[in-house]
Amino acid sequence: MRYIMLICNDEVAWEKTPDDVRAANTAEYETFMGEMGGRNVLQGGERLRPVADATTVRVRDGKVVTVDGPFAETKEQIGGYFVVDCKDLDEAIEIAGKIPGARDGSIEVRPIWEM
Amino acid sequence: MVATLIGVTRDWDLAEECAQDAFVKALEHWGREGVPRNPGAWLTTTARNRAIDQLRRATAGATKEREATEGTLAAMEQAEPTSEVEEGAPIEDDRLRLMFTCCHPALSAEAQVALTLRTLAGLTTAEIARAFLVPEAAMAQRLVRAKRKIREAGIPYRVPPPDALAERTSAVLGVLYLLFNEGYSASSGALVRHDLCDEAIRLGRLLVQLTKGEREAVGLLSLLLLQHSRRVTRLDTAGALVLLEDQDRTAWDRFAIAEGLGLIQSMPPREPAGPYELQAAIAACHAEARTAEATDWPRIAGLYGELARVVPSPVVELNRAVAVAMADGPAVGLRLVEQLQETGALAGYHLLPATRADLLRRLDRRKEAAEAYREALALAPTAAEREFLTARLVQSLAG
Repeated sequence: MRYIMLICNDEVAWEKTPDDVRAANTAEYETFMGEMGGRNVLQGGERLRPVADATTVRVRDGKVVTVDGPFAETKEQIGGYFVVDCKDLDEAIEIAGKIPGARDGSIEVRPIWEM
Repeated sequence: MVATLIGVTRDWDLAEECAQDAFVKALEHWGREGVPRNPGAWLTTTARNRAIDQLRRATAGATKEREATEGTLAAMEQAEPTSEVEEGAPIEDDRLRLMFTCCHPALSAEAQVALTLRTLAGLTTAEIARAFLVPEAAMAQRLVRAKRKIREAGIPYRVPPPDALAERTSAVLGVLYLLFNEGYSASSGALVRHDLCDEAIRLGRLLVQLTKGEREAVGLLSLLLLQHSRRVTRLDTAGALVLLEDQDRTAWDRFAIAEGLGLIQSMPPREPAGPYELQAAIAACHAEARTAEATDWPRIAGLYGELARVVPSPVVELNRAVAVAMADGPAVGLRLVEQLQETGALAGYHLLPATRADLLRRLDRRKEAAEAYREALALAPTAAEREFLTARLVQSLAG
């Protein structure tokens, strides 16, 4: 089964994080991706630019309405994602638990709607 | 049988439907030809054949799920026909797998209980809806959603691997305890629903057997049996609540007590003890006391202290305060209750003012007691509890 893992964390807190902690965090992601690469479950994943760089687009009455920023104001923002192909939800939960962002944020695990 | 069918088809609705069909067929067939030598196997085979038919028909239809369905069909046809497999072991494994799937932490607690009742206890949707006081349509919807999530989110149908077993077992235990409590003090309306209690005990036994005596499973079963042993004395003939200290101990179920005590005493002590083990030990103290006065309150207070360390909870603290009040006097207990009240953690919980009221009554502070009884009365969820509190309120005003 394929799942997307949305990594949600507090961007504001991240901006205040000292450089050495950021470097350690990056190293942890490398370790995670190395392990998942070895297990052959990763299908993709990206880190996202902060919501300050986001644009929200809607179409209303046939017109494209564009606004700055994300649609909803929440404390946690999606900072990145992975797409994994694994056996079942238990394995997906196990993988999500290894994403470094799970420790200070949360990971939303969603099955991909296969067409 | 439903458990076995789910194991093979991975389709919960199909499994239930085919099981029902098999029963209908059995009624017709057995009426004509007599009951077969192995009725269980006959039913399972009939249901399984019906499932294969249904899946074949589905394959002929939509192309979308063809691949998946064909895979299941192939697996079913390769699998040994259940009738030739020995009865017993594989079916029990299916029930255990089903129990873990129903209690998967990715499902909401309500969905876990509802699914367990529907698929393992075999209650109808209407019965489950009544037990939880929701309209039948809402319960049906909850079950449909839960089954869909199992399918679409890829919740596995299996007993979890050893590294996850302890955590998952505790989810199953939690559901069984919730089920028992729902029967023991149904949220409102009738105070006791023995059928739910019996079902929780039956499933608890199965879990103990299947996990080969996992400590917390044994602890829970012991706890349920000990609480259940008091079922006939908890209410008087008019349906009013009878306190533990006023219950007729000679009417307690001696067999349930013997079994419950035997279970908990069969385990060598271990540090730290699990939460169900500790609660069973507390229930055992009550069960062993021939009279209310003979209750070993210092030991109970100590056990609640241990429980509060293992699972910190304001409800446990409240119970500890009651035990301390019995062991060291109402004034000491009252101080603990008031500390707890200040934290605000139990705001809206009727047993907090009810406990305070009882301690004030015992300290002969009647005016304050009456006030606390009124407060508890406004929050109490069941009629029996309201009646009890009203009686106590009247008493405190009369003096």
